[in-house]
Amino acid sequence: MTEKELQPKAKETAPVKSETTKPGRVFLPAVDIYETEEAIVVLADMPGVPPEKVTIDVKDSQLTISGEIAPPWGAQEQLLVQEYDVGNFFREFTLGQLVDQNRIEAAMKDGVLRLTLPKVEKAKPRKIEIKTA
Amino acid sequence: MPWYTFEPSWEPLRELDQLRREMDRLWEQAFGFGPERWRRRAGVFPLLNISEDKDHVYVRAELAGVQPEDIDITLEDNRLILRGERKIPTEEKVVGYHRREREAGSFRRVVRLPERLDPARVEAVFKNGILTIMLAKPEEIKPKQITVKSA
Repeated sequence: MTEKELQPKAKETAPVKSETTKPGRVFLPAVDIYETEEAIVVLADMPGVPPEKVTIDVKDSQLTISGEIAPPWGAQEQLLVQEYDVGNFFREFTLGQLVDQNRIEAAMKDGVLRLTLPKVEKAKPRKIEIKTA
Repeated sequence: MPWYTFEPSWEPLRELDQLRREMDRLWEQAFGFGPERWRRRAGVFPLLNISEDKDHVYVRAELAGVQPEDIDITLEDNRLILRGERKIPTEEKVVGYHRREREAGSFRRVVRLPERLDPARVEAVFKNGILTIMLAKPEEIKPKQITVKSA
């Protein structure tokens, strides 16, 4: 066991840019974003979202992540206690550098989205030899 | 008659919960942000949603990224104990972090049930980062349909 104990956190509501047609709250997924030599990697917590309900969009430098949750409880169930809110996820980022849109990889496992955005290869330095006449 | 509870009776709890949520919504409308920030440290991880149908009670928790083998569920007499650890593996080749919002750590939560349940009739499923613990209701508390016979 790690020494750190997890504390419950209320999910943050995503700022409303335009209302969704379906009612319901939209939350910001918690993310880790890091950089490797080759890529920018985004890890986003979206519990309750099945892999087929994740949408990723990269337009220019705008990265949009959204996820639609599966029904959080059965139709016949009656809610007794609700400590956490349920809703879809949405978050946008402006990428600081160019990414290769054709090689973006996404994987969804256990409610965590892993997005690999490969950096555009910089033009390799080329040595220009000066010929002497 | 509801049977599932944290404390003596859940009915007032549920009403309180609904009232709280309604207040939160009003608060958010009025001030533009929720009162969550004052409640951040309240409660125990993981937060639970509990529901029931005719035959079962469902206890759910959001545990994104937790490995099923790191979740430990025990039923001791009338106490449901949920323990585990959320690990965030350190990635290799990281040049630098832009954001670190996801947290790792251990958790332990105990839910008191009003009576002893049969551990053999408890099932747990982990799907898309949501843990669902399904507890079968004892026969004697299930709602019964009584047919009225005509004389």
